[in-house]
Amino acid sequence: MATGVAAWLPFARAAAIGWMPVANCPMPVAPRDNSKRQDELIILNVSGRRFQTWRTTLDRYPDTLLGSSEKDFFYNEETKEYFFDRDPDAFRSILNFYRTGKLHYPRHECISAYDEELIFFGIIPEIIGDCCYEEYKDRKRENIERLQDDQEENKDMKLPNMSFRETVWRAFENPHTSTMALVFYYVTGFFIAVSVITNVVETVPCGSTTNQKDMPCGERYTVAFFCMDTACVMIFTVEYLLRLFAAPSRCRFMRSVMSIIDVMAILPYYIGLVMTNNEDVSGAFVTLRVFRVFRIFKFSRHSQGLRILGYTLKSCASELGFLLFSLTMAIIIFATVMFYAEKGSSSSKFTSIPASFWYTIVTMTTLGYGDMVPKTIAGKIFGSICSLSGVLVIALPVPVIVSNFSRIYHQNQRADKRRAQKKARLARIRIAKSNSANAFIQTKRNGLLNELLELTMGTEEDEQKLTKSTSLLESQHHHLLHCLEKTTAHEFVDELMYERNCLETALQTFSSRSPSISSHDSSVTTCCACRAKKHSSLPNTSLTHPIAAQQGPLQELSAIHIQCGDPPSHTASRSNLNLKSDDSCRINCKSGRITTAIISLPAPPALTDGDGLHGPPQRRPPPTIQTTTSSAGSNIVKVSAL
Amino acid sequence: MMTAFWETEGLQTLGIVVLVFASIKLLHLMGLISFSEDSVEDELELSAVRHRPEGLEQLEAQTRFSRKELQILYRGFKNECPSGVVNEETFKEIYSQFFPQGDASTYAHFLFNAFDTDHNGSVSFEDFVMGLSILLRGTVQEKLNWAFNLYDINKDGYITKEEMLDIMKAIYDMMGKCTYPMLKEETPRQHVEVFFQKMDKNKDGVVTIDEFIDCCQNDENIMRSMHLFESVL
Repeated sequence: MATGVAAWLPFARAAAIGWMPVANCPMPVAPRDNSKRQDELIILNVSGRRFQTWRTTLDRYPDTLLGSSEKDFFYNEETKEYFFDRDPDAFRSILNFYRTGKLHYPRHECISAYDEELIFFGIIPEIIGDCCYEEYKDRKRENIERLQDDQEENKDMKLPNMSFRETVWRAFENPHTSTMALVFYYVTGFFIAVSVITNVVETVPCGSTTNQKDMPCGERYTVAFFCMDTACVMIFTVEYLLRLFAAPSRCRFMRSVMSIIDVMAILPYYIGLVMTNNEDVSGAFVTLRVFRVFRIFKFSRHSQGLRILGYTLKSCASELGFLLFSLTMAIIIFATVMFYAEKGSSSSKFTSIPASFWYTIVTMTTLGYGDMVPKTIAGKIFGSICSLSGVLVIALPVPVIVSNFSRIYHQNQRADKRRAQKKARLARIRIAKSNSANAFIQTKRNGLLNELLELTMGTEEDEQKLTKSTSLLESQHHHLLHCLEKTTAHEFVDELMYERNCLETALQTFSSRSPSISSHDSSVTTCCACRAKKHSSLPNTSLTHPIAAQQGPLQELSAIHIQCGDPPSHTASRSNLNLKSDDSCRINCKSGRITTAIISLPAPPALTDGDGLHGPPQRRPPPTIQTTTSSAGSNIVKVSAL
Repeated sequence: MMTAFWETEGLQTLGIVVLVFASIKLLHLMGLISFSEDSVEDELELSAVRHRPEGLEQLEAQTRFSRKELQILYRGFKNECPSGVVNEETFKEIYSQFFPQGDASTYAHFLFNAFDTDHNGSVSFEDFVMGLSILLRGTVQEKLNWAFNLYDINKDGYITKEEMLDIMKAIYDMMGKCTYPMLKEETPRQHVEVFFQKMDKNKDGVVTIDEFIDCCQNDENIMRSMHLFESVL
C-alpha cells in the first residue's frame, strides 16, 4: 500500500461511487473504524527536544518503532509524552520520513551513527530516497572497507584446534604466522624470479660458436634451461596442488584469479611435454612459451603494491573501457582521413587504411616515430589536428583513474598506520580493562579498612575514613564479582600478586622447609615463606600503610591464618583451624604488614588457601557493619603482622 | 622467405593470445570465473532480523513485572540490541564485559541456551523478560527449576557429571588466571565431586530434578541466596 498517499485514500474511496451504477453484484461491507479516536497530537521528546506530530502520521508505517505499539515502552506517564534517549539531530530526518514518505541521508552525519539510529527506529535503509541513496551507499562501502582492514588483523590470531588443512591454508594466506610458511613464501618468490629471468635470458644471444653466428642462449644450452624450467614448474605444481588441497572451498578457489594465473603459468610446460616433435603445431608451441611470462603475475601474492594496482585497474574498468572506445573511434576517423588525404602523393607510405592506423596511433599518443610522415599539405594539416586531439582524448579519463588509485593507495597507507598503532591501542584497552578489575580489588581493600576502623576507632572518624562511596552501579557489579568469588572459593587478585604467588609456590615446592602449619596437603605456604616475602609485600600494602600506622593497639590482635582446606566445601567452618594456626604463626611472621582483627561468624562459602599476606576470608560481625563489598556476610581479610 | 615465416608465426601467436583472452572473458561472463578476490556481490543484505515485541499489556500479563519495570527493561535491551533480538555473539560480548579478568564466553553460551527457550538461536525481548521474571520474581521452586535447566545442557532431565563438569569449568573460567589461591586443573573436578556427593542421594551418578530440588531446599545457604537478587530491579 502506498502509505505515502494514505491521505488520499478517502478521495479514492469516495470516487468509487462512479462504479456503483455499473456493478452487477452487491458490494462488500465497508470496514468500520471502531476506535472513534480523534486524531491527536503526539509529543516525542528526544533528549529534550520536543517534536510534535499527528498520530496518523506515525501510523503510516506500522512496522517501524514509532508506528507500532513498541513506542508504548517509551511512554512517560507523568509528562504524557514519549521519551527517547537518542540523538535529536538524526531524529529530524527520521521524523521527516514519516511526514514526507522519503528518507534522506544528512551528509554531515556519520554513517554508522545514522545506521544505528535507523536500526533503532526499525527503518530499513533501502528506502532512502534516490537523491541521497548514492551518497549513502558510497559512504557505507568506504566504511566497510575501512573496517575490513581491522578485521583482517584478527586473522593473525592463532585459533586452537585447527586441522592440518586449515593450518596449511592459513600458512599460505598469512606467511608471517609461522616460520615454515615464511620459508615457503620466500622459496616460491625466489623461484618465480628465477623462472622469469630464465625466460628472459633464454633469448639473449650468447657467444657465437664456430659453425653458426649468434645463437640465443636457449638454443645453446638447451639442457640447462630445460632443467631450470622443469624445476620451476615442479615447485609451482606442488604449490598449486597444496593450495588446492588446503582451500576451504575448492570450487571457489579454482575460480579465483590467482589460481587461473597459476594454472596458466604451468600449463604451457605440460602441453609442451605432450606435444614434442610435432611439426604441425610447433608454431602454437612457440606461442605457448609466451604464456610463461604470466608467471610474473604470481608475484602479486608477494607484493601488496601490485595488488593495489590490479584492484585499481579493476575498479576503473569502465573508465578504461571508455578510453579505449573513444581512442578507437578517433583512430578510425583520422586514419581514413589521412589515407584519402595522402592518396594523391607518390611513394606514399599510406598504402591502405589499416596501414594508416599505425600512423594515427603513433601520432595521437605523441610518439612520433617518423617512419610514416604525411607529404601533402592536406595531410600535414590533418596530421596536426590528429596529434592535438590525441592529447585531449588520452588526457580525459586519466584523472579518474588517478583519483581511484590515490583513494585506494591512501586507504592502504591508513591501514598500515592503523596496524602500527594497534599495539598501543590494544595495550591501552588492556589497561582500561585491568583498571576495572583492579577497581574491584581496590574496593575490597578499602572495604576491609572501613570495617577495621569501625571496629576499633568508633564512629567519630568514620566519615573521613569511609572512602569515596562507590556508585550504586559499581557496588552492584562488585557484589556480582564477589558472589563469583564465593562460588568458586577463589579470590581475584591483581597481576603483581599473582606473579608473586607463582614465585612463592615455586620456591616453596622447591625448598619445602618449615612444616606446614595446617594439616592439609595441598598448597601450604609456610611462615618462612612469609618472612621471605616480607620485603616484597611492602610496596603492595603501601596504600594501607599510612592508616596502618595508627593501628598500634591492633597489633596485639594480629591473627595470621594459614589455611588450607578443600576449596569447594560449602559448609565447612574454619574457626578451629584458625585458632590453632594463630599462635604458632605470630612468632614467626613479623613483617611490615597490616593486621586486622577477625571476629568470626558462621558464613557460607569456602575456604581458600592462605598464606601470611592474604588471609583467608574471615567471618565478620553481623550486618550492623555494612560495607560496599558484600552483603552476604563474609569478607576478605588482609592479614599481616606488624 | 624468412620474413614470411616470421610473419605467419607472429600472426599465429597473436591469434592464439587473442583466443585465450577471449575464452577467459567468455568464462568470466558466464560466471564460471570470478575476478574479484573477495566476491563483493552487491550486498542484497536483507536487513538484520527485526523483531517487534508483543504489546506492553500482554507482557504485563505474562510476567510478574509492572509496566514501569518492563519499560526500563526494554529500554536497556533495545539500547544494546536495536534490532530487537540478541544473537549469541552479542550476548557473549555483553556478558563478558562484567567479567574483565576471565573468559565468560562459555558460561554465556550456557546462559544463552537457558534463555533461548524456543531454541531458535536468538533471544527476543519476550524470552529475555520471561527468564528474568522467573529469576527475579519467581517462587523458589521456579528458580531452582531454572537453575536445573541451566545445568542440564542437553535438556534430558538428568544432570550428569560431564555436564556439571562443563558448567563448573565455565564458571571457573570466568575467574581468569589471576586468582588467589592459584587455580589448579582438578579444582573444577573436585568441586563437581562435592556437588554430586551432596545432591546425588541414590548414588546413581546423575542428579534428577527432584533430588536437586529436595537437596537445595534442605540447604539453608542455598535457600538464603535464592532471595539475594530480588531487589535487582
